[in-house]
Amino acid sequence: MRVLVIEDDPDVAAYLVKGLNEQGFNVDSAMNGKDGMFLANSEDYDVMIVDRMLPEIDGLAIVRSVRAQGKDTPMLILSALGEVDDRVDGLRAGGDDYLTKPFAFSELLARLQALLRRGRQSPAPQTTLRVADLELDLLARTARRGAKTIDLQPREYRLLEYLMSNAGRVVTRTMLLEKVWDYYFDPQTNVIDVHISRLRGKIDKDFDKPLLHTVRGAGYILREPE
Amino acid sequence: MNPNNLLATSTFRLLLAYVALFAGSVLLLLGFIYWSTVAYMSNQTDAIIEAEITGLAEQYRERGLNGLAETISDRLERDPDSSSVYLFAAPDRRPLAGNLSFWPQVSPSADGWLDFEFRDPRAGGRLFQARARSFVLQGGMHLLVGRDTRELKSTQQLITRALLWGLAITLALSLAGGALMSRAMLRRIESINETSRNIMAGDLSQRVPTRGTGDEFDQLAGNLNSMLDEIERLMDGIRHVSDNIAHDLRTPLTRLRNRLERLLNELGDEDPRREQVEQGIADADGLLSTFAALLRIARIEAGGHRSDFGSVDLTALVRDAAELYEVLAEARQLRLETRIDAEISLQGDRDLLFQALINLLDNAIKYTPAGGSVALELHRRGEAVDIVVGDSGPGIPAAQRDQVGQRFYRLEDSRSTPGSGLGLSLVKAVVKLHRASLLLEDNSPGLKATLRLR
Repeated sequence: MRVLVIEDDPDVAAYLVKGLNEQGFNVDSAMNGKDGMFLANSEDYDVMIVDRMLPEIDGLAIVRSVRAQGKDTPMLILSALGEVDDRVDGLRAGGDDYLTKPFAFSELLARLQALLRRGRQSPAPQTTLRVADLELDLLARTARRGAKTIDLQPREYRLLEYLMSNAGRVVTRTMLLEKVWDYYFDPQTNVIDVHISRLRGKIDKDFDKPLLHTVRGAGYILREPE
Repeated sequence: MNPNNLLATSTFRLLLAYVALFAGSVLLLLGFIYWSTVAYMSNQTDAIIEAEITGLAEQYRERGLNGLAETISDRLERDPDSSSVYLFAAPDRRPLAGNLSFWPQVSPSADGWLDFEFRDPRAGGRLFQARARSFVLQGGMHLLVGRDTRELKSTQQLITRALLWGLAITLALSLAGGALMSRAMLRRIESINETSRNIMAGDLSQRVPTRGTGDEFDQLAGNLNSMLDEIERLMDGIRHVSDNIAHDLRTPLTRLRNRLERLLNELGDEDPRREQVEQGIADADGLLSTFAALLRIARIEAGGHRSDFGSVDLTALVRDAAELYEVLAEARQLRLETRIDAEISLQGDRDLLFQALINLLDNAIKYTPAGGSVALELHRRGEAVDIVVGDSGPGIPAAQRDQVGQRFYRLEDSRSTPGSGLGLSLVKAVVKLHRASLLLEDNSPGLKATLRLR
């Protein structure tokens, strides 16, 4: 997996490079907009992390230039600005996801993995998602585990669909709020945990091997039993 | 303030006081004119009578009683329309010459003047006022010389009428002028008020319009505008400071969290220290979310968010919030009852409105004991739209309802419940941004929080 990190803050850059290396990524980094623009346009990466405010060339300009070349490499924009319109600007420029600094590394990693999954997706649209004996029919919008049909509310369906498309990867609570509930907000309580445990009750309760797990301090993961 | 409600404005009341003062001076002036004119005319009448008497006395001295009677007849013949009144009478007061048909039945006043009424046969027997002096001549003959005072009376009436009209016109003109002037002043004051209201609602970019005439209103506007510039500069400063706090404290805090996370990954699955590290991460997350909430409130309060306003489907928003919290309510053995009366959309910030609603719902669910109920309602109320969150919990004592929106303010009984004390502050900031209002009322039992949007 090749990752390009364009970040001018040396601390953040060093930390990202180190962390991503440890996770098995092959990391290139640029400390300014000019070098970043050059690397982004000349090399092929699986995913790019672009800081929004860079010396010489603005981060959003790099994103736009990559998109203008017809490349659909997933790009994650980092920014110290957390306002709604900043996020909208970033996504409109062609970014795929937006993360406000400072961020937890686990959050960045989870989002990066989700982006990579999308970048690798086969062009043919999938009609069924499958994790072990859990099956989600995307056309009929029904779920089944083994021989048992699982009755899902519309939101539970979306939650399960998101977890299954990211099977084997950690998804964070914020990712769920943004992608499943489509609101950017800060839940005051563990309301997401309650939704997860309810879903768990439906898909895992009567089965020996649980599929949906909580990752302490990070989020949740739906994966094949070992 | 309603500019039509003139009576309630100090400008108009001040003008009314001026009108009263002005009317008083006019009354005094006209009164003086009246008094001096009337006094002058009475003196004139008396002087004319005295002159006639002098003339007649001369005739009497030279030609005796007969000459006197002739002179009187002559004078009356020469000027039949004269206002002079003469009567020459026998000792039994039987008229011998003159234009009075009988001797008046009044006794003279101390200074010898007689004021009486008589019917003038020349004027069709109409009643006239007259003033005269009487004398007793040789042989007990009586003489009365005077003038009728009809001119004096009519002049008096004329002046009185002029005085009253003058007063009425003065009052009417000054009232109308006052209303116009105060309306003009009010319009300028209203433009200052309008700007202030917009600024209080969070739009600090507004400035009071000036006319460029350099008058005192322009000076006031100019001073207010410089003050606003200063306030804006200070608020920018505050925003800067809070951004710096965010940068300076959140960054190392995140670094700490990341180190803990790395440590957690290095520990074996069965390591007894895992729990400590996990708790450390949870603590850091708590601090970070408090910081995030503080910064968010500061940003919302600083305004500027209104540019992000779009059309928000409130019905869907309330339904989403209900759906998100239904499971939590159920897990806490509470009933969440949702009542949506209408399809409502309005201009606003979708994410912030959702956050505000979530904070209210969260409080309701957090503080309501198991077995209770929480009601979520959306309905129109006249021009406004109400989102109501009612619960059957302990409520907030009336005395503390104003304070709960302050940052970090927590009720004594709730200190043991997890929470940052920022939830309602954020709601208040969102409410202010939307020029809405937050009402906290007694739900007996419990609390009823209403977000009233316009």
